[in-house]
Amino acid sequence: MSIRLYVSRDAGALAVGADEVALALEQAAAKRGIAVEIVRTGSRGLYWLEPLVEVATPQGRIAFGPVTKADVPSLLDALASNTPHLLRLGATDEIPWLKRQTRLTFARCGVIDPRSLDDYRAHGGYKGLERALSLGSEAILNDVTASGLRGRGGAGFPTGIKWKTVAQAKADRKFIVCNADEGDSGTFADRMIMEGDPFLVIEGMTTAGITVGATKGYIYIRSEYPHAVEAMNAAIVAAKRDGYLGANIGSSTHSFDLEVRVGAGAYICGEETSLLESLEGRRGLVRAKPPLPAHHGLFGKPTVINNVLSFAAIPFILAEGAKAYADFGMGRSRGTMPIQLAGNIRHGGLFETAFGVTLGELVDDIGGGTFTGRPVRAVQVGGPLGAYFPRALFDTPFDYEAFAARDGLIGHGGIVVFDDSVDMRKQARFAMEFCAVESCGKCTPCRIGSTRGVETIEKIINGERVSENLALVEDLCNTMKFGSLCALGGFTPYPVLSALKHFREDFVPAPTTLQAAE
Amino acid sequence: MTTVYEPWDETRGAEIIAEHSRQEGATLVILHALQEAFGYVPEAAIPMVAQALNLSRAEVHGVFTFYHDFRHKPAGRHVLKLCRAEACQAAGGDALAARAEATLGVSLGSTTADDRVTLEPIYCLGLCATAPSAMLDGRLFGRLDEKRIDALVAEAKR
Repeated sequence: MSIRLYVSRDAGALAVGADEVALALEQAAAKRGIAVEIVRTGSRGLYWLEPLVEVATPQGRIAFGPVTKADVPSLLDALASNTPHLLRLGATDEIPWLKRQTRLTFARCGVIDPRSLDDYRAHGGYKGLERALSLGSEAILNDVTASGLRGRGGAGFPTGIKWKTVAQAKADRKFIVCNADEGDSGTFADRMIMEGDPFLVIEGMTTAGITVGATKGYIYIRSEYPHAVEAMNAAIVAAKRDGYLGANIGSSTHSFDLEVRVGAGAYICGEETSLLESLEGRRGLVRAKPPLPAHHGLFGKPTVINNVLSFAAIPFILAEGAKAYADFGMGRSRGTMPIQLAGNIRHGGLFETAFGVTLGELVDDIGGGTFTGRPVRAVQVGGPLGAYFPRALFDTPFDYEAFAARDGLIGHGGIVVFDDSVDMRKQARFAMEFCAVESCGKCTPCRIGSTRGVETIEKIINGERVSENLALVEDLCNTMKFGSLCALGGFTPYPVLSALKHFREDFVPAPTTLQAAE
Repeated sequence: MTTVYEPWDETRGAEIIAEHSRQEGATLVILHALQEAFGYVPEAAIPMVAQALNLSRAEVHGVFTFYHDFRHKPAGRHVLKLCRAEACQAAGGDALAARAEATLGVSLGSTTADDRVTLEPIYCLGLCATAPSAMLDGRLFGRLDEKRIDALVAEAKR
């Protein structure tokens, strides 16, 4: 009897030894004369348990983790003799961290073989596109709008409205562009879904294509993600072979083709107009808006440009209906958000859940606090341009508007946890430094402001005229916020000002006791 | 595992450029392909790209210098990239980067005198839940600590 095992091929699992474990399993099994079949899946997103090894049983998959090469012999013995093992976590689906989630977008991630189109279809893949083809453009637009889906890249613009604008535009050519330039530290959801369920992204983009009348799409993936590039390219080849890309998709009259383009290490290219410039082969300089990409986008043509997660949400909405998606969430934030728990955190990983969960639940309860075991002092939400939140704001619900009301943003859903050893002056300086290095240079507040920001924060760190320089930084942030062309210069003030506001004690030295004694 | 690159050769360069020049917006695609073949983008290739794409030399030079990835000269035999973004900072990445710099005797962004190791910062490998992380010649490493970073540096120096 052959044992079927599942080991992730996700970059996050490879980084902690998944390949070594898979190889050791193969070798140890051969030595014992046990027949094993190892399926390389994406990751379930429970990264503190990676490398996770799952075994197929009549009762479903049983998980073991984190498995090292050294654990492999005893693990195989336990499997062969059906005896307990120290690393046994029980049924994968029953692991509380996974069970608590609402996996709509990531339902298949970590379950299927991302190289297999058959596996994708066997798990409900392409049901959304099939329905979309029977619905036609207008009905699809109604569904996408009714789902309440907002751009998951960070800006939160209603996807239905964007698509409708492009659908109504008249042009000889239109484009679909997927923004996979996931540069925010603390985020990895795009990477995970591209590596673990690439056909989902293709299905979402294809649906966008038939809806707005575009026949060509590009996926712009950052060069830091070579595994995602490989996975998407392999999936595109498979989809073409089976008639899901190319001419007459699913025997319809629609045609759609896809191409992967690789970035070159510029953070700014995650900004949509900069990304379009880069795709056109130019420096990633931000364009002034208007005109919007929906009217005047790639090569000057009407373009739908969405984040990976926005496209990845589409197949569920079409397969299950807009209401099934919109039933989750709170306020104007409908559906689910794949939240990424990162940094100094005990249970780091991807947690997809309906909007409305509080920051405190995410960090303390789900994330389990820090892995160093020290108290959580600050969390940065939404990447390098997101605000630092103190514990006092842990009641903030995960929702676009609730975060905005507290001078923050949810961005792409990344949460980076810091313990009490963090020096917020350093973090504020880093935010300015990062902006200075990554600024495209087109507008002055971002290009010059960030450099002056670094200098001024350095003066504060050195204790030079602290209160004057603090006022100067605040003023500078104001200029950057309102005077910058895009979110890089415009949002860099978020981490800086939040650090100043919520962690003032790091910037202003406590009065010396010597003075008090006089 | 060292990547072996071809020495710069004009005919080979022209071939690579011709292979991609018909794509729309081909500049980055071509620069990537050149770097993949030669390990860097040779100065001599810039005017060739410009001519093939009917662009000015300044335009291509502008693109080449805008993006962090493109190299002006070959890297060391091994390239060790340390993630320096916030999630890795939160997990103790600063100290590990300083340790790697001290062991190799170079600062981030430079190559050892014997051309063996290029040490570079990278802003996010997307391994933020298994931070701190690094990439050595394309292989990924997470949950780094002093012992693991020392082993990586030692491997790179070999």
